[in-house]
Amino acid sequence: MILGRVVENVVSTIKHPELAALAVFVVQPIDEKGDDSGATFLAVDHAQAGPGDTVIVLREGNGIRQVLDNPRSPVRCCIVGVVDAVTVA
Amino acid sequence: MFLGRVIGTVIATQKSPGLEGIRMLVVQPMDESGKDRGGVIVAADTTVAGPGDVVHLTSSREAAVAMPEPFVPVDHAIIAIVDRVGGRTLPASSEWKSGGAR
Repeated sequence: MILGRVVENVVSTIKHPELAALAVFVVQPIDEKGDDSGATFLAVDHAQAGPGDTVIVLREGNGIRQVLDNPRSPVRCCIVGVVDAVTVA
Repeated sequence: MFLGRVIGTVIATQKSPGLEGIRMLVVQPMDESGKDRGGVIVAADTTVAGPGDVVHLTSSREAAVAMPEPFVPVDHAIIAIVDRVGGRTLPASSEWKSGGAR
């Protein structure tokens, strides 16, 4: 899993049936200090996240099919938590 | 998963078993501002996308899972046609000329 910042939402009318009812966001990967690290990507929301939130993103399809409880889900990136605080010793 | 812009179509008569009836499109991956990112790819379509559309793609095993039959040799799939990103409409393809063969 990685840390990310939700940038903005992605709106689609025509989508894969297994993607219906799922919110999609653009996510910017960040490091432990909150600085950008790497290229943005799209992720489905499973934690009621919104633009500006720091989030935990799961990027493994099999785990996501378990999280979404759907063995036919084509999702590869999923927001699984909204981060309150990150502490680095 | 990432954004892309459909810039063309692919037709192949001879192909691996399992690819019959699957629409193949040429896609330029891009970021949320519409800027190109990386090389052009061929993606299987699960929607009704066509040249000029901004699309949402998935890759690897999940691309095959997106297809009607999940054990197919597919590693990129279009899973949505994007209307807006953060309220903006991204620019459509300028490379596609209507009716032109590529």
